[in-house]
Amino acid sequence: MAENHRAVVKLKEKYASSVLDVREFRGEVTVTVKKEDIVEICRFLKEDAAYNLLTDVTAVDYLGQEPRFMMVYNMYSIPNKDRLRVKAPVAEADACIESVCGVWSTANWLERETYDLFGIRFNNHPDLRRILMTDDWVGHPLRKDYPLQGPDREPYKGRLT
Amino acid sequence: MGVDQPLGDNIIATSLDTLVNWARKSSIWPMTFGLACCAIEMMATGAAKHDLDRFGIIFRASPRQSDCIIIAGTVTKKMLPVIKTVYEQMPEPKWVIAMGACACSGGVFDTYSVVQGIDEALPVDVYVPGCPPRPEALLYGILKLQDKIMKERNSFGSALGLGERLEPAV
Repeated sequence: MAENHRAVVKLKEKYASSVLDVREFRGEVTVTVKKEDIVEICRFLKEDAAYNLLTDVTAVDYLGQEPRFMMVYNMYSIPNKDRLRVKAPVAEADACIESVCGVWSTANWLERETYDLFGIRFNNHPDLRRILMTDDWVGHPLRKDYPLQGPDREPYKGRLT
Repeated sequence: MGVDQPLGDNIIATSLDTLVNWARKSSIWPMTFGLACCAIEMMATGAAKHDLDRFGIIFRASPRQSDCIIIAGTVTKKMLPVIKTVYEQMPEPKWVIAMGACACSGGVFDTYSVVQGIDEALPVDVYVPGCPPRPEALLYGILKLQDKIMKERNSFGSALGLGERLEPAV
């Protein structure tokens, strides 16, 4: 099924060396690609596969695994009425990826959010600042090793009784 | 009665404290300031059915005209400086009502981004528990604040530089 997806066929044809994995789960197609080619692939998907709406950019923290982070790009094609998810692994030691702001303008704030909460830096981003937390915030709260109640508090250890 | 009233009912003898406190408690003007779902209940309290106006409570859109702030909802660390600024812009005397579990203690949001009770930053006069409190609960809290205001001693005199403000016996 996923192999017959219109964009996956084109991607495999053109970027065979970049595509790491293709998966389908409950009708959702996910393509994992190398992070070095993310901008080129996104541009191809937008211009040649008509994925003209970037619905979300986020990340996942697989703490304890290598590579630690996984960038996630969810996109929608308004003319074709179908969706595609593109993922790219990002290592903790080099937690940065090229910005796709030049492809979809909406990636600007979405990437700022991902930077704010996961600490993944976006190269060539026009305005990489925190967007949700205060400007002077230390740390990135959605990382799995960030203490839930904040670094300055005793962690909750359950009720005392 | 034993007391002669040559001027009829035109004069009432009272203490300055009682008069000032009565005036203050009968015209509590809260700041129009909502933070989360509690603000919806606060609006319901102000609306026709529960009708805060009958207590002389009129929501004001400017902190300069307010003398009470109802912290109605979750206070995030990002919002805290804004609340502090609004509170500091209010003229004295001023009172704070912490409405709901979040404003009282952080509520269910025991997380890095939420202030664990507004009393970490502002002097709270009345805590109204509930998630969110029903309008009756907020009304009761406001009536408690009115009782508290009536117990103040020499707060007007001390503002004029006449003696110290006396803490009311609880």
